[in-house]
Amino acid sequence: MPDSEKIIEIEVLRYRPEQDAEPVLQTYQVPFTDDMSVLQGLQYIKDYLDGTVSFRWSCRMAICGSCGMMVNGKPELSCKTFLRDYYPGKLRVEALAHLPIERDLVVSVDDFVKKLASVKPYIIPKETRSLDDGEYLQTPAQLAQYEQFSSCINCLLCYAACPQYGMNPAFTGPAALALLHRYNADSRDGGKAERMELVHSEEGVWSCTLVGYCSEVCPKGVDPARAINMNKTSSAADYFLRFVLPKGAVK
Amino acid sequence: MTRLPYVRPMQGWWRRNPYYVRYMLMETTSVIVALYAVILLVGVWRLSQGQAAYEAWLAALRQPWAIALHGFMLLAMLYHAYTWWKVLPKTLPLIHVGGKPVPGLLLSAAGWMATLVVSAAVYATVRWGGL
Amino acid sequence: MKRSNAPIFWSLFGAGGVLSALLAPVLVYITGIGVPAGAGMPADALAYPRVLAFAQNLSGKAVLFVVIALFLWHAAHRIYHCLHDFGVHPGLATRLMLYGSALAGTAAAALLTIRL
Repeated sequence: MPDSEKIIEIEVLRYRPEQDAEPVLQTYQVPFTDDMSVLQGLQYIKDYLDGTVSFRWSCRMAICGSCGMMVNGKPELSCKTFLRDYYPGKLRVEALAHLPIERDLVVSVDDFVKKLASVKPYIIPKETRSLDDGEYLQTPAQLAQYEQFSSCINCLLCYAACPQYGMNPAFTGPAALALLHRYNADSRDGGKAERMELVHSEEGVWSCTLVGYCSEVCPKGVDPARAINMNKTSSAADYFLRFVLPKGAVK
Repeated sequence: MTRLPYVRPMQGWWRRNPYYVRYMLMETTSVIVALYAVILLVGVWRLSQGQAAYEAWLAALRQPWAIALHGFMLLAMLYHAYTWWKVLPKTLPLIHVGGKPVPGLLLSAAGWMATLVVSAAVYATVRWGGL
Repeated sequence: MKRSNAPIFWSLFGAGGVLSALLAPVLVYITGIGVPAGAGMPADALAYPRVLAFAQNLSGKAVLFVVIALFLWHAAHRIYHCLHDFGVHPGLATRLMLYGSALAGTAAAALLTIRL
C-alpha cells in the first residue's frame, strides 16, 4: 500500500434501460497513480467498486477505436487520457455525444455502420485486372494524396464532436466522408463517379458548416474537416461545369 | 436484455464547449457584414439623392453612437478576417511541395497578409489617392 | 439521392467571405471611425464631390455594386445556417426571406450604381 494515495472523484453517467428512465450521474472515489489512464480508472471501478458499469475497450493503446467517451465534456479516447491531468478536480465521464446511449458508456454504432457501407469503402478497379498484370504501382506522391485519410480507427470521436450530425443524424458525417475521400483519392481506385452522388447531396458534404471540431478531436490526425471541405470545392466546381465539361473531368 | 437507446437533447449544444462558442462567434459576424452592406447601400442611395442627402448620411455617421457601433463592427470584421483565413485552407486540395505537405497555417498566413496589404492599399488610396 | 443546390449559395458565400475578409475591416474603419472621428483620415476624404466622382466612374460603380451585393449574399447564407445552429429550424419562408433580401439589396445596388 503506497504511503500517500491520491484519490480522484470520477462521475460516471449511468444509464440502465431496464431501470432508468433517463441517464443519471454516479460518483466513485478512485485511488490512482500518475501512470493511470481514464480507462484504468474505469477498470478500477468495475473491478473493485461497481461491477455493473459498462464500457467498451480493447487495445489500451489508441489504435482499436473502442474506448471513445466524453471526458469533462470533450470527446477523448479513455486509454489516451490521464487521471493525473484532471486531479485534483473532478472527472466526469459520459457516453460519446450525438449517439444514442445503449447502456452507461456504450453507444449505439448502428447508424455509423450504415454510413460506412454507404460510401463504398473499397477499391473499385478502373478496369478488370488479372493476377498476371502484377501489383498496382504507386508513387509516394500518389500515396500522399490519401494516406492521412486511411488512418481512421472508427473511434467516432468526430461524430461526438460534430454538432451538425448531432442535430441531423441523416448527415453522413466526418469519418465516413473522410473514408469516401480516401478511396476517391487513391490512384488505384476508379469508383469516384459512383461515390459522388452521395457527396453532392445534402446528406453528403453540404450538411457540413466547417465547425472543424472533428479534426480537433481526431486522435489519428485524419483531418476529416479537410476531406469534407475540399470536396465542397470540387462538388461546387462540378455543379457549375457539369454541362460543359466531359463526365468526371472535375477532380 | 432490454434495448432502449437514449437520445440526448441538442438544445444549448454550443454553450457546452468553448470551441463551439468561438464557432458561433465566427458565424454571427455575418450579421455585421449584412449590417455594413446596408449602411453602404443607404450611403449610395443618399448619394444619388444629391449633396444635402449625402451629407446628412455623413452627419449620422459622425454621431457618437454611430462611431461606437463602427468600433464594435471593426472588431467583428477583424475577427471575421482572422477566422476566415484560418479555416479557408480546409477547402483546398492537399498540396505537396518537394514531397512535403504545405501546412494550412502557411496558407492562412498568406490570407492574413493579403488583408493587411489590401487594407494598406485602400487606406492609401482614400487618404492620398485620386480615388 | 437528390443533388443539393447548395453550391450556388455556397459559392456566393465564399466570394463574399473573401471580399469581406479583405475589405470589411478597412472600409468600416474609414467610413465609420477614420472620417467621422477624424482619426487618421481627413474629414474631406469622403466629401460629396470626391465620392460622387468615384461612384460615377465605371470602376467605382463596379466596386460599390460588388461589395454591397457579395456582402449581402455572404451574410444571407451564413445567417441561414446560424439560425439552424441556434436551434431555430428555418423553413422555406425564412430561406426565401433571407436570400430574397440579398436579391433585393443586389437589385437596389445595381439600380443605384447604374443611375448615378
